[in-house]
Amino acid sequence: MTITQRVLGSRVLAALASPHGVDRYLEQMNPMWAATEVRARVVSVTRETTGEHPVATLVLQPTSTWRGHRSGQYVQVGVDLEGGRRTTRCFSISSGASLPGERFSITVRAHEEGIVSKYLVREAQPGLILHLSQAEGEFTLHESAATPTNNHLLMISGGSGITPVMSHVRTLLRDGYDGHANRKVTFLHYARSPEDQIFAEELAEIAAADNGVTVHLRYGNHFFDADELERIVGDFRDLDTWVCGPGGLVELVQEAYADSPRLRVEFFKPPAFAVDGDAEGTVAFARSGEAAANTGESILEQAEAAGLKPEYGCRMGICFSCTSRKTEGTVRNILTGETSSLPDEDIRICVSAPVGSCSVDL
Amino acid sequence: MTTLPFARPRKNTVRASDPKIPNLTPEQLEEFGAEMDAIRQRVIADLGQADADYIRGVVKKQQQFEVAGRAMFYFPPAWPLAVAALSVSKILENMEIGHNVMHGQYDWLGDPKLNSRIYDWDNVCPGEQWKYSHNYIHHTFTNILGKDRDIGYGVLRMDEDQKWHPYYLGNPVYALLLMTFFEWGVAMHDLEVENIVKGTRKMEENKQLHAGIMKKVKRQALKDYLIFPALTGPFFPLTFAGNAAANLVRNVWAFNIIFCGHFPAGVATFTEEECEDESRGHWYYRQLLGSANISGGKLFHTMSGNLSHQIEHHLFPDIPARRYPELAVEVKEICNRYGIEYNTGRLSKQLFSVARKIVRLSFPTPKPKTAAPADVEVAAAA
Repeated sequence: MTITQRVLGSRVLAALASPHGVDRYLEQMNPMWAATEVRARVVSVTRETTGEHPVATLVLQPTSTWRGHRSGQYVQVGVDLEGGRRTTRCFSISSGASLPGERFSITVRAHEEGIVSKYLVREAQPGLILHLSQAEGEFTLHESAATPTNNHLLMISGGSGITPVMSHVRTLLRDGYDGHANRKVTFLHYARSPEDQIFAEELAEIAAADNGVTVHLRYGNHFFDADELERIVGDFRDLDTWVCGPGGLVELVQEAYADSPRLRVEFFKPPAFAVDGDAEGTVAFARSGEAAANTGESILEQAEAAGLKPEYGCRMGICFSCTSRKTEGTVRNILTGETSSLPDEDIRICVSAPVGSCSVDL
Repeated sequence: MTTLPFARPRKNTVRASDPKIPNLTPEQLEEFGAEMDAIRQRVIADLGQADADYIRGVVKKQQQFEVAGRAMFYFPPAWPLAVAALSVSKILENMEIGHNVMHGQYDWLGDPKLNSRIYDWDNVCPGEQWKYSHNYIHHTFTNILGKDRDIGYGVLRMDEDQKWHPYYLGNPVYALLLMTFFEWGVAMHDLEVENIVKGTRKMEENKQLHAGIMKKVKRQALKDYLIFPALTGPFFPLTFAGNAAANLVRNVWAFNIIFCGHFPAGVATFTEEECEDESRGHWYYRQLLGSANISGGKLFHTMSGNLSHQIEHHLFPDIPARRYPELAVEVKEICNRYGIEYNTGRLSKQLFSVARKIVRLSFPTPKPKTAAPADVEVAAAA
């Protein structure tokens, strides 16, 4: 941490710059100056695949406040979309581990419903400023890439779930001795088709080189079940394993591993859409562990019926006292009839009714 | 305004039960509420880039005023200019930014720096406590006697139905004091000191609130009365006085705008009975009758945080305030159709009206000769 950063991040300066904070002043002068916030400038955008749901890699130059990342971590990316709304989503970092202030990359597939992913892949240009969090997540390597071991690591991924796993492989090959991973690594991956394969060239190079990494690529709806894992790597349950990909793949692998602590899982959370007007499904209150059948009433009323005592005020959608985070599912605004299916969204529970199943942090 | 047949400037306060106030039928109320909901829905669907640019633009302007003000304290001859710039900055911050952001008007932007759950204004009243007493209590129970603590702030007699007591002879003095120390009054508001005196509230209930206020007071005092003055070295006393002056200017301005929002003649108050099991339509109706606007130019509206459109603010508290002037046109038209008074006037007129009320209500109110027995009962109950 440099002296400048220390001063900029100090409590005295924060007090003087209140209520906006130091960052609001720095940002006005130069969007790449920051005291505590993290922002990044897009350096380049490279298409990895084309087709219906194209994939692009964005190289990002973060502000000096970026603390670096360990391979396998993700970052929250906030984009100021047309219409003034900043929308934030999580993306795995695809480049190898980074040091404070160092460039890194995210690799994004433009999903049909993903407004942020579509924007990043199709609209983002070099120079665009993104709002970031620090790197987060526990889907990391537990051993140093620089220290050779006899361990055999297993990486399993599907589709765009390749990104955090690729970060592991890249870190191992970069930080290992002489381009060698310094341990045995088996990399299983499936893509919808060869055209949809992300990092195809690099994977081919990795597979061809003498580096300790074995690559197995599959195409089509090819999920890895216990039999297949057995065939490829034998006693897979004894290997430290990382799996990331669509729900179907992850479920099969989890089944194969039973409850083995060796398996580390990273999920992708797609928006859950429900049919309009349905009072079906289950309302889950994540923090308290309660759940009840959806009655179609407001989430506040349903939470109270379940015995919870969430904070509330006006009960008519004006005072924001009851704002809570909906982690999954679709809700309908009782006042406007508008539905919303975004994951991790702050909603006023007194005027939001679940449409189908939903989960709220209460 | 002479166009309003039922405006009664001679009377201090109006009860909602007053025969001159149109008593809408439940069907009319429902229709009326539906019209308001339609406006609301339309504006919310239309929120976008212009609103985002506006609030960010105001923040930028306010920051420029603040930096300019703080900087000019290094040059003593510019002291009056420094105080003026800092006052403008503090007024903009408290009214157009703080008040409105903390109402959740810009939560939809997804910008953590303009979010009601995160933002805490440049004021000794902690945002967390203000949001409870203002967003919830005041905006939900607006002008219901006994429930809306903003009627007189527990200090003043602002309604005839507040029982007179010799204490209220000091009404004008208390008002002047509250004006001078307005931010402190706002901060103390939640402690409900008057209820502690009455014995209906225990000191223990205030412990946590008190700690929150002290933390915020320390932060504010450190900034305005220690660090910034110290940073100007030999000019410490001048900067100290300048910062105090800017806070005072903001206090006086905010007090005046806010008092013109609910206390000019013609604004109605309600009893708890009248608002039992209230419909959405009646809530809108109460907000309308319980608020008053101040007319003026664009700059004036901005400097008042658009609270000069108190009526629109109370109808749509979570809609960005910059939309209130455009909404006023429709609201006025709807009021006309239902025969409801739309209370508005120049700042001087509304201020005079408020001042007269403060003075008049410092004396006991003579019993109205024509009041029906039922009316008296309600008044006594309140």
